[in-house]
Amino acid sequence: MNMSRRQRLQLVRGGIYALTIAALALLIISVDWGALGGALFKWDVVKKQFPDILTSALRNTIIFTIFGFIGGLSLGLLLAIMRLSKSKPYRWFAATYIEILRGVPLLVTLLILGFGIPIATGWSWPNPYLQGAVPLALVAGAYIAETVRAGIEAVPRGQMEAARSLGMSYTRAMVTVIIPQAFRIIVPPLTNEFVLLIKDTSLISVLGVTERTLDLARFGRNGVNDSANATPLVVAGLVYLALTIPLTQLAAWMERRSKVGRR
Amino acid sequence: MSEPLVELRQLHKSFGDNHVLRGIDLSVAKGEVLCIIGPSGSGKSTLLRCVNLLEQPTGGQVFVAGVELTHRDCDIDKARRATGMVFQQFNLFSHLSVRDNVTISLRKVLKMKSTEANARADVLLNRVGLADKASAYPAQLSGGQQQRVAIARALAMEPSVMLFDEATSALDPELVGDVLGVMRELAEEGMTMLVVTHEMGFARNVADRVIFMDGGVIVEEGKPSQVINEPREERTKKFLANVLEN
Ligand SMILES: Nc1ncnc2c1ncn2[C@@H]1O[C@H](COP(=O)(O)OP(=O)(O)O)[C@@H](O)[C@H]1O
Ligand SMILES: [Mg+2]
Repeated sequence: MNMSRRQRLQLVRGGIYALTIAALALLIISVDWGALGGALFKWDVVKKQFPDILTSALRNTIIFTIFGFIGGLSLGLLLAIMRLSKSKPYRWFAATYIEILRGVPLLVTLLILGFGIPIATGWSWPNPYLQGAVPLALVAGAYIAETVRAGIEAVPRGQMEAARSLGMSYTRAMVTVIIPQAFRIIVPPLTNEFVLLIKDTSLISVLGVTERTLDLARFGRNGVNDSANATPLVVAGLVYLALTIPLTQLAAWMERRSKVGRR
Repeated sequence: MSEPLVELRQLHKSFGDNHVLRGIDLSVAKGEVLCIIGPSGSGKSTLLRCVNLLEQPTGGQVFVAGVELTHRDCDIDKARRATGMVFQQFNLFSHLSVRDNVTISLRKVLKMKSTEANARADVLLNRVGLADKASAYPAQLSGGQQQRVAIARALAMEPSVMLFDEATSALDPELVGDVLGVMRELAEEGMTMLVVTHEMGFARNVADRVIFMDGGVIVEEGKPSQVINEPREERTKKFLANVLEN
């Protein structure tokens, strides 16, 4: 048979489409949709989640995220500046900190700081929010430090030289000239860090939270236990998506816009 | 004779094994315009950058307005206010408007009030012909306009010396004239200037003195008419033949 390369490709592609459609059809016929829907998205269970999932669980997730982000951003900025400093001990400290906190799973860090240290020292966290949010911020700081450092390094060298030639000190030049420009560059990646942080708050509940500090994930899990039905977790997942999708879209849009704007 | 405004004594600068400046002695009087010419890589930029200590010399002394910048007790941030620098790549602060580029050092370094700083910026922008661009951002300006803003920004600190490092080399040919015009006016007003340039016309007409550098030393110096029109050294002749050909 004489077929051009293009015709052969079309045939193969057509075959793949046909197989996919057949597999989907089989799936649709074989699954008991009524039972599945009843287990994953049962309407009266859905209704029972509200309003607490918003007024309490979502609120707590947002509190953990924002505290983690503000703490992480401040720490990340400090670490990035230390990493770029002329002083070797500062550079060494920042590099070690970043390596360790990025190298250990967040879950392990949470357990060590949230449980391990209080048990070992007899000291206890003054507030259940801090118990979860502080370890989160310490880890976020390590990730954000690398993002900030990349941003600072992306600012052209001549900017620092021009600032110094005007009589600004290194610190003054950093604060008024370099960091503001670095932040413009890193807003999209920082938005993505924020999204990661939203999802990471779901691990905080391993620390055994009180009723008051239940986050979205734990709220969903408790709901599953109460109703013997997976619907609460599905609803929690949808609430996460309602937070994360707009933010990742925003980050992608900002990234596209900054690419167009750059000459 | 009065004390020179800029004085370099046995200035040396190495980058690792690369011995870039090999013992420069140079004084520039108040009000003098000095043009520095020479082939690429001869150390012209490094020399200029040693005058405001953007590069730390590896040997020798730098004096500006009676202060030794190379002294270890020197407050370099303060001493740098005596010099203004204009770069080949403009280096305007891209996140700030034209006016804020000019006022930022006044506000942040001299702690001047905004109204006062803005008034000074308006005078300077008017002087470089860009009064109408005060609210624009650097990216909205042509290269020639950006460089004139950079000159205004450097002048804002009222320096006693201006350093120009190939200020017109990155510009489209039709924009060079505006920038050179501003520089010439500055010279006529009595500003002390050290100008690294390939613009022989400017050197011939505006400079009081020209130095030719090659291999990290001053090979020849003198009046522009002498150095440019009747060079004595072979290396100078060869360089000028190359430059004037293009
Ligand atoms: N920051 C630096 N680090 C290392 N080498 C440098 C640096 N700046 C300049 N040089 C070297 O110094 C020499 C002189 O450079 P430069 O002063 O820029 O020359 P010019 O301005 O006359 O073209 C060149 O060999 C260059 O590679
Ligand atoms: Mg140069």
